Amino acid sequence: MDQRRLHELEEQCIQDCDPPCTSRCPVHVDVRQMCKEISAGDFKHALITFQKSVPFPEIIARTCDQPCQALCNREPLGGAIRMADLELACCQLGMEESLLSPVTGRKNALVSVIGGGLCGMTAAWELARKGYRVVLFDQAEQLGGQLWGLTDAQLPKEVILRESAKLKNKGIDLRLKTRVDLNAFDWAQYDAVLIATGVDQESVNWLEKNRQGNTVIDPVTFESGMSGVFCGGSLLHPPSTITSVADGKRTATSIDRYLQKVSLTASRSSEGTQDTRLYTNLAGVLPVFAVPPADALQGYTMEEAIAEASRCLVCECMECVKVCTYLSELGAYPRKYVRDIYNNLSIIMRQRRGNKFINSCTLCGLCGEVCPTDLNFAEVIVQARKTMVETKKMPISAHDFALRDMNFSNGPRFALTYPAPGEGKCDYLLFPGCQLAASNPEYISLIYDDLVRLVGNLGIMLRCCGAPAQWSGEETLFAESGAVIRSVWESLGKPKMILACSSCHQSLKQLIPGLETVSLWEMLLKNEALGTTRGGCTQEYKVHDPCTSRYEPDWQHYARAVIERLGVRYSELPMSRTLTECCGYGGVAWLANPDLVHKMIQRRINEDNANYITYCVMCRDLFVSEGKPTLHLLDFIYGRDISALAIRKPPDYSQRHENRIRVKQRMEKRLLVKGDWKMETYEKINLQLSSEMRDLLEARLILVEDLQKVIEHAEASGEFFFNKNNGHSIASFRPNLITYWVEYEKQENSYTVFDAYSHRMVVGGDTSI
Amino acid sequence: MTASEMNKNSTEWICGKCGEPLRLNKVNVSYLGSGYPVDLLTCPKCNRALVPPEMALGKMLEVERLLEDK
Repeated sequence: MDQRRLHELEEQCIQDCDPPCTSRCPVHVDVRQMCKEISAGDFKHALITFQKSVPFPEIIARTCDQPCQALCNREPLGGAIRMADLELACCQLGMEESLLSPVTGRKNALVSVIGGGLCGMTAAWELARKGYRVVLFDQAEQLGGQLWGLTDAQLPKEVILRESAKLKNKGIDLRLKTRVDLNAFDWAQYDAVLIATGVDQESVNWLEKNRQGNTVIDPVTFESGMSGVFCGGSLLHPPSTITSVADGKRTATSIDRYLQKVSLTASRSSEGTQDTRLYTNLAGVLPVFAVPPADALQGYTMEEAIAEASRCLVCECMECVKVCTYLSELGAYPRKYVRDIYNNLSIIMRQRRGNKFINSCTLCGLCGEVCPTDLNFAEVIVQARKTMVETKKMPISAHDFALRDMNFSNGPRFALTYPAPGEGKCDYLLFPGCQLAASNPEYISLIYDDLVRLVGNLGIMLRCCGAPAQWSGEETLFAESGAVIRSVWESLGKPKMILACSSCHQSLKQLIPGLETVSLWEMLLKNEALGTTRGGCTQEYKVHDPCTSRYEPDWQHYARAVIERLGVRYSELPMSRTLTECCGYGGVAWLANPDLVHKMIQRRINEDNANYITYCVMCRDLFVSEGKPTLHLLDFIYGRDISALAIRKPPDYSQRHENRIRVKQRMEKRLLVKGDWKMETYEKINLQLSSEMRDLLEARLILVEDLQKVIEHAEASGEFFFNKNNGHSIASFRPNLITYWVEYEKQENSYTVFDAYSHRMVVGGDTSI
Repeated sequence: MTASEMNKNSTEWICGKCGEPLRLNKVNVSYLGSGYPVDLLTCPKCNRALVPPEMALGKMLEVERLLEDK
């Protein structure tokens, strides 16, 4: 990810965009923040928030034409927020602590402001705050300009006097009752000038006379044809107090930049009224009607203001965060996360604290599905993982266990293709996937037999599709795995692949261009006998779609069609099909962050009290492991005791290996193929493992075969330690990058295991690993 | 007694190969090019060391993670 891509991604996330009210406000009053503060009864800080945008809050509160209301998301749900009433409440209830703007660094430059209406007052205020010397001219006796034309009911005269008096305290040189003749004005006396005279024919004529080509007033800087002379207010626009304040602020910025000799135009596109890209989901928001002040003259009581401000929806997007346990875990959102990831990838020497975060995403893609701008955070994560692997910054332990599992499935104990390469071709090729074989070894040959009856010329390929490599960012490994599959598939005559796992489908589609696939569910429907032997179920199940079937409507459809044919009653979860949630297995997140995956599973299984039915064995196994009765649709076809299967403890990692071995053996027997592997000597070592010890091994990612290798090595070499009191032995062996330790006791024909653990550190000697 | 209590009962462990009682000794442990010395029960004759579970699952795991993230 380079900086350009980072900025594109940051821009794509709209969570930081202003809400419609703020973006429509010419001075971008932070309405959301004010409403939060008012609803908490904090009028003091609400007023401070207001004053950050508006120097004369009481004038604006009483006269603003409230452009914020036009796009308020509350409008159709009880009426737009009555912002002007709330602003007035802040002035009345929070005024005693009003904001005293500090003056930043005194400057020598002298600025003249011609016209003491709201635009001129605002510009003078802002320039004085920035430290400039300001002379303010007005022909009237008082500041305020056209404000004096408003009725007392609209704007009491004492408010104009009170608010304009603030300028005297700012050290501004006020020259009232002084009419300026622009044609005779001493321009050279001032470093910059603002003309804010209101609608005045003499000013209009002067501007026309001094135009530069077609330009009378620059639309961004409001600079006139004469350099250093700016104008604003109702001289330019129809009268609007909030627009006059906005013009005063804009011209003050232009004058400041002019005097600082920096670009007048750079980075100013966000000033003034804007359209926002922020999306706020209003589904489920109940109408709450606006609270008008009981006493219209006095304005809101504190209670009324709090009630009205509490109606604010505090508009934000957060669509992805709402549906994702992972994204919500750290309390932020993609715009912030992509920056964190970029920073993490850029670290050269320090600790990369973002590694765990990067490796905790399940890559399910739900975020992209719900995002109003289609930002798929999973794609960001995949790219980050690839970069970490390429730059050798991926923690070794992050995916090692899953990759070794993949290696096992592609090794001699499981991998099998029949018809063998070069010995025959087939029209269809069953690719059941490594996890179905690991979870339900007995189903594979039954599926094979059913399919043979349907299609005749059927081959079978047992191995891993490569998904763990892709999830881990191991692109080379993924491609190598794909090359093997493609080569075998080509040698079989490019048969149509029958897939039982939607994750395999995702991987194989990418690896083999032109591959024709069909889901096992679609094939099973062709079997007319399907569903005739089992009676209908009485209970209703909820269908859980695996996340890798999110954009596979055929898979979703045919899985449901099989369920219907089986006579199983079902209904939909609220989050299903394209909105389905990951069970926690995707993306190898379970290795990096098992606690988070536990929360993901809990979230999904608690969405409905009914038992679930799914068509991915890992979804089923993870849900059952956390206590949710769940069935795979194949359980209804090939399982014996449905009730028992729904709560069956899933096989542990070691049993998954054993089951895959069993599948291969059974298929070799079924196909009359001679096995191409022999049992290793360590596999003959008989271990006594309690169920607690099996759970411990599972949690510590230690396989039974790891223990067997340790004991075989210890017994053959004599390298073990012996406890003379209890007769236990303890020994270690390092078959790969991990040292395994086993505490055991030798029995007559077996070994009882008391403890097992591992570490990656090397003890003594070699320091190269 | 389990291995986790072994440091407190060092004299109960003997080297299966040499028959020597284990003794506490400084041993270097290392990972990804970084190393540090720790006290481990070792055979005074063949120098093989016994890593107890609380060290493997505690300090060692912590250091492994720190070094992997570096």
